[in-house]
Amino acid sequence: MTFPAGSVVLFGYGNPSRGDDALGPLLLERAEAWLGEHPELKVTPVADFQLQIEHAEDLRDQDLALFLDADASCPAPFAFRRIRPIQDDSYSTHALSPGAVLHVFERISGQAAPPAFTLSLRGVDFELGQPLSEFAAQHLEAAWSLLEGLLRDARSEAWTLRLHAVEERHA
Amino acid sequence: MSPSARLQLETASHPEALKRTVIEPLTRVEGHGKVTLLMDDEDHVRQARLHIVEFRGFEKFIQGRPYWEVPVLVQRLCGICPVSHHLAAAKAVDMLVGARQLTPTADKLRRLLHYGQILQSHALHFFHLSSPDLLFGFDADVATRNIIGVIAAHPDLAVQGVKLRKYGQEVIRVLSGKRIHGVFAIPGGVNKAFSREDREYLAKDIDQVVAWSRGAVEIARSLYMGKLETSESFGAFRSNFLSLTTPKGDFELYDGALRARDDKGQTIFDQVDCAHYLRYLHEEVKSWSYMKFPFIVSLGNDEGWYRVGPLARINNAERMPTPLAEEARKIFMAMGKGEPVHATLAYHWARMIELLYAAEAIQGLLSDADIFGTDLMIKGEPALEGIGVIEAPRGTLFHHYKVDETGAIVKANLIVSTTNNNTAMNTAVREVAAQYLDGKKLTEGLLNHIEVAIRAYDPCLSCATHALGKMPLQVELLDAAGQLVDRLVKGTDGELSGEAV
Repeated sequence: MTFPAGSVVLFGYGNPSRGDDALGPLLLERAEAWLGEHPELKVTPVADFQLQIEHAEDLRDQDLALFLDADASCPAPFAFRRIRPIQDDSYSTHALSPGAVLHVFERISGQAAPPAFTLSLRGVDFELGQPLSEFAAQHLEAAWSLLEGLLRDARSEAWTLRLHAVEERHA
Repeated sequence: MSPSARLQLETASHPEALKRTVIEPLTRVEGHGKVTLLMDDEDHVRQARLHIVEFRGFEKFIQGRPYWEVPVLVQRLCGICPVSHHLAAAKAVDMLVGARQLTPTADKLRRLLHYGQILQSHALHFFHLSSPDLLFGFDADVATRNIIGVIAAHPDLAVQGVKLRKYGQEVIRVLSGKRIHGVFAIPGGVNKAFSREDREYLAKDIDQVVAWSRGAVEIARSLYMGKLETSESFGAFRSNFLSLTTPKGDFELYDGALRARDDKGQTIFDQVDCAHYLRYLHEEVKSWSYMKFPFIVSLGNDEGWYRVGPLARINNAERMPTPLAEEARKIFMAMGKGEPVHATLAYHWARMIELLYAAEAIQGLLSDADIFGTDLMIKGEPALEGIGVIEAPRGTLFHHYKVDETGAIVKANLIVSTTNNNTAMNTAVREVAAQYLDGKKLTEGLLNHIEVAIRAYDPCLSCATHALGKMPLQVELLDAAGQLVDRLVKGTDGELSGEAV
């Protein structure tokens, strides 16, 4: 069952040829395949190697934003978090953090960024040419079960409820 | 520091008696690198080296794959310039299928893709990574010396940077179907015709893009001229220059032949067929670095190192093929008074001239009827060896493959732009260290001087992985035995904190 939902921009980022760094793009691919069977949902998928300033433009006219990424240090199998615009140290690198992208959006648009969340999947091996690790493949499966539910009910309040559920599970 | 002391930077006879300062990783530089400064007991800098986690494993990653997969595969080597690797590999693979001269449509559409890449890469570098340093000064508060500081102080400039970058990305997306991992250049041509709808979509904004790019050249020129003495002396040194040019010696990014000039602008070699690059360029291995050190064979490894990238390309060109960029080139070259321009900070100005060229070239191609052609592919006599050379945003990029009878890659050699600038970046670090860090206590502002010098080259240090939590900035002071003496940590808020050891 799906609920009337707002528009969502879904970022899946990472290098598919660097082992578990592929988690973000792979989860996005899975979501895209599923979305093909649910044309009623207003989801804009965005795949990239890494986040940069131009991704701020992808936030325009969106009700929700979700960032899918590999994480070398989050709890396994994944962490689901609410994020807010932040000026962090990622401004000084070639790759921005999700919060920094929100911050750039607010500065260049003069508008508040949409409610935004990260779904970070725990990865362990990021070497060039390596396939997805066995652990990461399990984390991908676990994360998909959450993501499917999020896409079915793409409302900020619904995502916030799931946020608390994930936090309680990790507690 | 005296000239003799400066000479000791790379020639310290007793490095075991030196303390070592390590800065890692570099911020606003793609990937991971670290700078090691070896200091004596009086805290005088005696050696400076830039260590880079280089492209280890790249050739292995490619070997064994069928050649037709390579143009797509190599896009995953680098998250910053995947299109450059895609096109360089495609050019090498063209040779493997005997496609020596592409159809006009295929050639022009590949160029359009390439100019989109140049535009987005240069826009990111200037507006996002370097403008904070240039606008606020190298010693400015770190809280303002970032892109948010730029947005706050120069809101129009920051928005233009984002939109220029976005436009270049759109050129890539329209041609290859995706922002990344697209398939466009294939052996002997391209796989998709360009539609009039695509043309209309890109053409509606191109005049604005040219206008902004023209403004960017003026900003870069003004920043350079505004602090002329610093601009000309900061990390400055003389060098040879290498780039592609057209048969007439004009500016060229996609094809052409190799030209090398010395520090006075005299020709070392010219119109060298890229397929013969190994006769003219060799690579030296040094024990302390994973990255090789290319040099011009006829000059030897001590004197034959060179610079590539925007400064080299503008210095080496007789003319720019587009009118506004040519006008800008003439103003730029006047700074050299008949010789090449050597200042490290001149890279930024040269880069913006290239940004303008890319915008004008896109504008011209969008008005060229050839781009709508449907003759997209050619083939010829197959070969077992292919070499593709392109001018990537950061400089000359070489892809060299050998295949077996089944078409599997048996040998791959890549000389990437950043490797070509290896000695130059080390030299820049050494010059800045000698100029600014000798005998002074380390501060974030001072350390940033070194990063500013390296950033001028826009090095890409092979790091398309970006998993969260992997990019801290840490400065360590070690003695010759590797013992930690001091540490400086840059926090996620950009603040520095000291840590007692």
